[in-house]
Amino acid sequence: MTVTVKTFTSSSEAAAALSSDRNARYLGGGTLVMRALNEGDISISTVVRANDHALTRIDPSGPRITLGAGVTFARILGERDLAFLHAPARSIGGPAVRNMGTVGGNLFAPNPYGDFTVALLALDATVALQGGFGSRDIPIEEFLQSRERQAGALVLSVSCTRPTNADAFRYRKIARIKPKGGSVITLAAHLPISGGRIAGARIALGSMAPTQIRARAAERALEGRALDAATVAAAASAAAEGTSPSDNALGSAWYRREIVGVHLRRLLLGQE
Amino acid sequence: MAKTALQFRHNGSDVAIFVDGGTNLLVALRELIGDMTPKFGCGQGGCGTCSVLIDGELHLSCLTLAETVAGRSVETLDSLKQGPNLHPLQRAFAENFAAQCGYCTPGMLMAAKALLDRNPSPSRAEIVEAISGNICRCTGYEPIINAILAASGGRVSA
Repeated sequence: MTVTVKTFTSSSEAAAALSSDRNARYLGGGTLVMRALNEGDISISTVVRANDHALTRIDPSGPRITLGAGVTFARILGERDLAFLHAPARSIGGPAVRNMGTVGGNLFAPNPYGDFTVALLALDATVALQGGFGSRDIPIEEFLQSRERQAGALVLSVSCTRPTNADAFRYRKIARIKPKGGSVITLAAHLPISGGRIAGARIALGSMAPTQIRARAAERALEGRALDAATVAAAASAAAEGTSPSDNALGSAWYRREIVGVHLRRLLLGQE
Repeated sequence: MAKTALQFRHNGSDVAIFVDGGTNLLVALRELIGDMTPKFGCGQGGCGTCSVLIDGELHLSCLTLAETVAGRSVETLDSLKQGPNLHPLQRAFAENFAAQCGYCTPGMLMAAKALLDRNPSPSRAEIVEAISGNICRCTGYEPIINAILAASGGRVSA
């Protein structure tokens, strides 16, 4: 099956082409769209690309960092200033996938993929979108909740605030195959400490719902408290609340609900 | 449907082909250029046997839209041949029994080359990481890891 490939030099032209054709998909690194084409996905009739350098720009310094949608995981791993994102970037694929896969594409990756997005969700990232009628910034959580309806818009970049210290942001991917494998579950926690207490707790989970979600009950258990054993236990026991995991070849829904609290406890206590 | 003209460097030589829209690089290499060294395994990015170097960087050719390599340099396993002599990596694979059925070998060799090109004396852990995107269903990986260690002059465990 052949498709029409449209390549543009600017992201706004690409966004216009994308929004005007229901059967158009944007091609970033290829790990999702080429895979769909190889599998004979007939819902794609047009592939849209953009060679806009703005899409591959990284602004790694300063308190707020911005990653162009076309930035690959290999490039993030090459940026010393982005050390807090190295664990999620390294947890994705093998070297070839990290050379190809992009930050923007990861926002659309279905389970058991999309690990980098779990990290971005815990960091309260903002997604910059270009639609047919201009651009807008939306919170990543809102983006994920309406992901299926975002197909006509082009993601330009993702930005987030750098954690105040290295210990405030934690990430863990549970996979059966090491060092590479799809996620059984993925966890990210952002725990800013103010005056000895957690202020603005964010716990994000992957493979615990159709899209990456926040564990709000666990966040409530942490908010305003010191990160002690009792608080961690309360957060761990609330971890599965509000989740709706599925069965797949890597694990059952039951297994995911059973282990999410265990791994959240280990993550919060800094245990292996 | 109209075909697209595509020119790129293939193992050091300029090539020009016409591709259909949506053709992946693996199909272009095998069916249009006749280079059968990259293999089709899964078509999903899960197995790594189609691995090639694009401008020296390891990529999966089955997930690469052919026309994105316009003007770039693509190296496949075929680029390792030096007349009748084996490339040091090929010799190490043969001497360390790193190929059984051989289907993963083209991807393993390109992943190993990508590693050694930027890190000539990797640790065992770095080798494991470098071939983590390549699946082998016969050897159990140890002979492959040992072969790459041997090719880099490292000490091979029994």
